[in-house]
Amino acid sequence: MEEQTLIEAQDLSRLYGRTAALSGLSLALRKGEILGLLGPNGAGKTTTMKILAGCLAPSGGSVKINGIDLAERPAAAKASLGYLPEQPPLYPELTVDEYLGYAAGLHGVPPAQRADAVARAKQACGLGDVARRLIHNLSKGYQQRVGLAQAIIHRPPVIILDEPTVGLDPIQIREIRALIKDLGQSHGIILSSHILPEIQAVCSRVMIINKGRVVYAESIERTAQHRMDSLVVGLRRGPDAGALRQIAGVERAEQLEAGLYRLTVAGGADPREALAEAAVRNGWGLVELRSQAKTLEEVFVELTSGEVTLHETLQEAA
Amino acid sequence: MSMVLTIARTEARRIFVSPLAWAVLAVMQLILGVFFVLYLDAYQREAGMSDQYMGVADFIGGGLYNTANVVFLLVLPLMTMRLFAEERKSGSLTLLLSSPASLIQIVLGKFLGLMSFMLAALALLALMSFTLCAGTHLDVGRIAAGLLGLFLMMSAFGAAGLFVSTLTREPVIAAVAAFGLLLLLWILQGVAQSESLQHADLIGYLSLIGHFENLRRGVFNSADVVYYLLFVALFLWLSVLRLDIERN
Repeated sequence: MEEQTLIEAQDLSRLYGRTAALSGLSLALRKGEILGLLGPNGAGKTTTMKILAGCLAPSGGSVKINGIDLAERPAAAKASLGYLPEQPPLYPELTVDEYLGYAAGLHGVPPAQRADAVARAKQACGLGDVARRLIHNLSKGYQQRVGLAQAIIHRPPVIILDEPTVGLDPIQIREIRALIKDLGQSHGIILSSHILPEIQAVCSRVMIINKGRVVYAESIERTAQHRMDSLVVGLRRGPDAGALRQIAGVERAEQLEAGLYRLTVAGGADPREALAEAAVRNGWGLVELRSQAKTLEEVFVELTSGEVTLHETLQEAA
Repeated sequence: MSMVLTIARTEARRIFVSPLAWAVLAVMQLILGVFFVLYLDAYQREAGMSDQYMGVADFIGGGLYNTANVVFLLVLPLMTMRLFAEERKSGSLTLLLSSPASLIQIVLGKFLGLMSFMLAALALLALMSFTLCAGTHLDVGRIAAGLLGLFLMMSAFGAAGLFVSTLTREPVIAAVAAFGLLLLLWILQGVAQSESLQHADLIGYLSLIGHFENLRRGVFNSADVVYYLLFVALFLWLSVLRLDIERN
């Protein structure tokens, strides 16, 4: 059950007139996973989420939610889905209780269980104190929480959150992130953001979209390993750079200053252990060993910068 | 069905927690009240002079309900403009679109919710008419037929307004366009009077007001009722189509 696939999107494409907002995008979401969607503005994040939530029909491709095809049986598929769009879909003239009761009804919670569902969602999102206030009078942060409560009220297996922390103050951001992480234990969550540290802090997998295509999809752990591209080593009695290059996994070595070296790591290798052993064997006096990782930001910029896109476009044209 | 009712209940609630509905009802009641008194006054004066007998119900039906019809024509676009246009503007339409409710359920729910407002307006008008029971024998059947006519007329206005509201994201544009559409359908009757026009009968038949005439006079003709029901169904169906196109 742990590996249960909650969302399976195949080859999605979406045209707006003649411009393609999405082309050939596939993604899968498993239970207990938080997938972060990253991308520059206009990359197709929101379009993807709208399609997954059934608010927009794809021009091509198919979406299965919890094994049910969204196009064939929309009502059944949407029942296992909670969606918080960029702009929380609130009715400002209703109170929080009224609104959440309505959302529960809309999502098919039987009347007898609605009060419980509302109470649970309010508790999860910290809305207990404002339950009887009009949504109109709540601060942006609380409104966002009401939106989130609406998305989880029927305990859907799949939750889709489009930039859930936009417009919140730092404390609220932390709270919402903690809430999302918590929800991620028992649900599958797709989250979009353009705040990179947020993705790193919350998500278990990251997917970068650019120009309507997936350009990167990897788990956060793997991303961390992959990204180690150089080591900075401090040796009290260091040899010359040539000797360091002999160690397995080191591609290039250069001396930065007396006793400080930068080693470029061959793709995917991790020479740290071998390096420490060699240092002990040869009595180099290892005092510092630091991996210089490529940050997610660098990966992001590299994959979404103009040159890569231009390259892709040229490839497409060819 | 329970989904439709859930949507309708909340829609009705949203209509009646907003000051707009109350302001509209209050203004409407004031205007209709003034006309009611004026018609009564005129009836009293004329009743002595006229040798032909004319019931008070006729007088109310003929005068007050015609006036009410015009007032509803002016007012209903204000109530329908919010249904979809405002929701689209504020983004809350997404709540409905991402829920398991189908488009048909959404449109029906909204329409039924709007009906709560129509019924409230109608109830106020009915109360006003039935105060006459205190002083005279009222032809209840006639009044009822007139009220039914008004209800069908309002439903038609509401359905057309709802459809126009699905076309735009600006509530004000929705109101203006709905008003224009209703007025156009109304004056088809006048257009049909023109002798030089071909198919004048058909055009006259399509006019909204023509079918109200019979009911107002207390003649219950099922063809007229069916006309209004078809009118409502057509515009609700167009709304569903329009929302479906938007999704694609």
